[in-house]
Amino acid sequence: MSELYVKEVRRALSARGSLLFVETVPGIKYNEVVEITLETGEVRLGQVIDVSKDFAVLQVFGGVSEVNIKKAKIRFKGETLKIPVSLDMLGRIFDGLGRPIDRGPPIVPEDWLDINSAPINPASREPPTEFIETGISAIDGLLSVVRGQKLPIFSGAGLPHNRIAAQIVRQARVRGKEERFAVVFAAIGVTYEEAYFFIENLKQAGNIENVVAFINTAASPVIERIAVPRVALTAAEFLAWKHGMHVLVVMTDMTNYCEALRELSAAREEVPGRRGYPGYMYTDLATIYERAGRIKGMKGSITQMPILTMPNDDITHPIPDLTGYITEGQIVLSRDLDRRGIYPPVDVLLSLSRLMKDGVGPGKTREDHYQVFMQLIAAYTEGQYLRELSAIIGVESLSEHDKKYLEFADLFERKFINQGEYERRTIEETLDIGWDLLATLPEEDLKLISVENIKKYHPKYRGKGSTS
Amino acid sequence: MVVGKIKRVSGPLVVAEGMRGSMVYEVVYVGEERLIGEIIGLQGEDAFIQVYEDTSGLRVGEPVEGSGSLLSAELGPGIVGKVYDGLQRPLSVIGELIGPFVKRGVKLPALPRDVKWPFTRNRDLKVGDKVGPGDVLGVVKETPLIDHLIMIPPGMHGELKELVNDGDYTIEDTIAVIESEGRKIELTMLQKWPVRKPRPYTRRLEPTEPLITGQRVIDMMFPIARGGKAAVPGGFGSGKTVLLQTLTKWARTRLNIYVGCGERGNEMADALHSFLKLKDPASGRPLAEKAVFVANTSNMPVAARETSVFLGVTIGEYFRDMGYDVLMVADSTSRWAEAMREISARLEEMPGEEGFPAYLGSRLAEFYERSGRVDCLGRPKRAGSLTIIGAVSPPGADFSEPVTQNTLRYIGTLIALDVSLANRRHFPAVSWLLSYSRYVETIERSWRKKFPQWRELRDRALSILQRESELMEIVRLVGPDALPEADKLLLDVAKMIREDFLQQNAFHPIDSYCPPEKTVLMLDVIMKFYDHSSKALLSGVPLDKIRALPVKVKIARMKEVPPEEFGKVYNGLINEIKSSIESLVKGG
Ligand SMILES: Nc1ncnc2c1ncn2[C@@H]1O[C@H](COP(=O)(O)OP(=O)(O)O)[C@@H](O)[C@H]1O
Ligand SMILES: [Mg+2]
Repeated sequence: MSELYVKEVRRALSARGSLLFVETVPGIKYNEVVEITLETGEVRLGQVIDVSKDFAVLQVFGGVSEVNIKKAKIRFKGETLKIPVSLDMLGRIFDGLGRPIDRGPPIVPEDWLDINSAPINPASREPPTEFIETGISAIDGLLSVVRGQKLPIFSGAGLPHNRIAAQIVRQARVRGKEERFAVVFAAIGVTYEEAYFFIENLKQAGNIENVVAFINTAASPVIERIAVPRVALTAAEFLAWKHGMHVLVVMTDMTNYCEALRELSAAREEVPGRRGYPGYMYTDLATIYERAGRIKGMKGSITQMPILTMPNDDITHPIPDLTGYITEGQIVLSRDLDRRGIYPPVDVLLSLSRLMKDGVGPGKTREDHYQVFMQLIAAYTEGQYLRELSAIIGVESLSEHDKKYLEFADLFERKFINQGEYERRTIEETLDIGWDLLATLPEEDLKLISVENIKKYHPKYRGKGSTS
Repeated sequence: MVVGKIKRVSGPLVVAEGMRGSMVYEVVYVGEERLIGEIIGLQGEDAFIQVYEDTSGLRVGEPVEGSGSLLSAELGPGIVGKVYDGLQRPLSVIGELIGPFVKRGVKLPALPRDVKWPFTRNRDLKVGDKVGPGDVLGVVKETPLIDHLIMIPPGMHGELKELVNDGDYTIEDTIAVIESEGRKIELTMLQKWPVRKPRPYTRRLEPTEPLITGQRVIDMMFPIARGGKAAVPGGFGSGKTVLLQTLTKWARTRLNIYVGCGERGNEMADALHSFLKLKDPASGRPLAEKAVFVANTSNMPVAARETSVFLGVTIGEYFRDMGYDVLMVADSTSRWAEAMREISARLEEMPGEEGFPAYLGSRLAEFYERSGRVDCLGRPKRAGSLTIIGAVSPPGADFSEPVTQNTLRYIGTLIALDVSLANRRHFPAVSWLLSYSRYVETIERSWRKKFPQWRELRDRALSILQRESELMEIVRLVGPDALPEADKLLLDVAKMIREDFLQQNAFHPIDSYCPPEKTVLMLDVIMKFYDHSSKALLSGVPLDKIRALPVKVKIARMKEVPPEEFGKVYNGLINEIKSSIESLVKGG
């Protein structure tokens, strides 16, 4: 079946962007890997992205700069891009194509895996329902995360997304379970400092032994960024599906990934879609994000937390927009809250966790959780609206009733959303803070909470810590 | 059979040479692995093929073999409750046999060949009868909820020579023989039908019956007719998927088809899971016993998005032909349109608006036009309907984009979802200012039979909401205090309509499905409250007193009342509204 001979061509026809155009040799396979050996002896990897009778188009990781098209040697490897995987990857640091960069020994592979894994059969998926407690009220209370979810952070330049992500990685746990977990970290085109911020943080938290890091910094080749998330997820899948581990994958910054995709598309002279991004970006991103999940009859899970910066803080920009269409919600950071010193500055109205309903409630968090969440959001919405209104007509023209909501919005931001970077709140603590705030509102306004839950949890009836 | 050779591979597009004699939309087998593809264009001897599986590893020169037939659906017992991919491969069976990852090149029949189904013959038919397309030969109780009629396929007629007795048969066993022009044709319970071709019927009927959905904002405000077509556009997170899933759970139909096209795997898993758990309100049976799923998630090959939509419609028409009311939802049609755009770009066709091909509109039309209420072919005489509802995912939630705009040309009900409502957790986030239904007039008569006040309640509520948005402009400038009392009352009532009536939590154990009886009465309560309060204002009762009435809290909790108790609660509420407001009038 498999041919043992290696196909080789000696000359490329032309080079453009990160693409090489070469004459076809018999038997080139669509998507197969190529090795390009430069005059200097340097070897770059590439991939066949179009093949016809006359020529083939190669996408070169590492770019085509310094490639002398007359002299470079191009070998066709006959198979798709694969990386070696093994449990020894834990605690190690790799480049974007999975080659060790921490001066440690090479990996002794347990297996070689294609970086584009086959899609999970939707009928074989187990719906994610296990609540992950992050210890952060805004998330646990209002945007609950479950194992197997993909929940990105939509951030803006200069906002503390890295600190939040690091706090989540430090604190996240599933209560009552001691299971093997791992963190896979992919740095995509971020600065050296940012990449090492994470690695240091993980070291300090004492769990570097559970971390596999793939680093492509701002200085690394742009085109390699296309591969990084896929390489990282391949390692994650190995740990989750082969070794039954619960894997959290943090990828930052997916905006850089999308920029690389745009560059590649421009080099291929494709008809650009919205704002220059390729029309297939939705599908391309989906092949990354859909690698999160749980599988029936398998022990592990893959939870994804991609981070992206919204160009100009614009949530309708194609990058956050297409991401939001694929992921199971989004945690949106607010520049306004950040300016006002609220940490984590989560805009809870623009944020959403689509899988929350399956992860909360009796036996998972608490029976009143979902209703408290709905009521908090409703009250905060009202408070926000009154804030805007009072800016125009003045606070004094608001009724007493309205003033309560105005004050609620303030308290909510300062007491519920705001918390320490090293503060870990249990879900009960989070919900009780919520109740204390709701207790400042007229009881008959709490129409989203059942009468039974009011009787059971409202501070007035529990005779505890009521503020009104 | 035509056999050609691969000439070019570019993503899901393969060009093959030496394909003379092929036809457009013919199924072909591509490469040594025999990946499934479909010819979408022919030029000279070259065929342009969209391949429904990952093309990695294909080489120039590998064989491409024509099948001689069009992409077709298998129709027959065994289809209900299944999950199919866009090529009608049974995903649940594949999951069990092959593992949790979708490998390519897998070929499994859509319907099980070894299951024996209990067939009951049609007692009205005798050997020697002249029979024709759509005539019912018998019935198979496929699930407790589905009587699967076994019909003579379209295009076939003759004299009935044989009809088997009641008994257990597989879908490949001969159950009848007919003779036509001296030729004997053996019929089985299995039909095949090309997915791109509408199934025939006798006559189209006017869509005069409402599709009862149990969603107040639809049933009351923006109704959909049985056999109608509706679109649900909305930005991400606005509630398209939840709404479509809710409709396929609770709409009063005989069978529902849920097509997940280019969307999330976890959502599909959730749907499969909850359809097994949740019970049909009418029968108490699991919803999966009246549902078919088609799943081509966003990470599965893009070309199969198109076939998933057409497969869903074809299954829908097949059950319509049995005389059933069928609902088919597609989430999301935008992903299908994007797949069309991708293939079109690779074909280097002239791009239209935002890169979509010029035929985007006509493709959408072909799809939505397959909805309808019809007199079915064959005897006994029966009418069936297929209602189509498509989600649209406009980039940046901007409805001026081509897919939304083209869709609007063909649909009867627009359920426009508004991200800003969703951010405020007003669900379903249906914009009462943008949405519309062209079926209001046609189905009004049907509603009137049981609920004479339906139309009036609806029109009043909508005009109050309309007025609210005008008044809010003023409030934003000068504050609420500047308004006259009557307007302030209107704002209060508008808020009640929005929060106590329109908002409906899809996950609430009681409120997720609201029967029409309750829907109409709930709105009636709010309107009665408005009428009495208006009168009280005129006789000088201050608004604050009305606002403080305890009955308002009870109105806000109407949703939680189980439907069977609501009649009583309704009477109690109406009495309390009357008496408490009257006593305010007297007291003042
Ligand atoms: N009727 C509803 N009741 C309660 N929550 C809803 C409802 N509709 C939508 N939601 C909430 O909104 C979220 C997003 O809805 P979804 O249908 O997934 O949006 P879309 O498909 O438009 O992106 C859901 O996860 C759920 O939390
Ligand atoms: Mg959706």
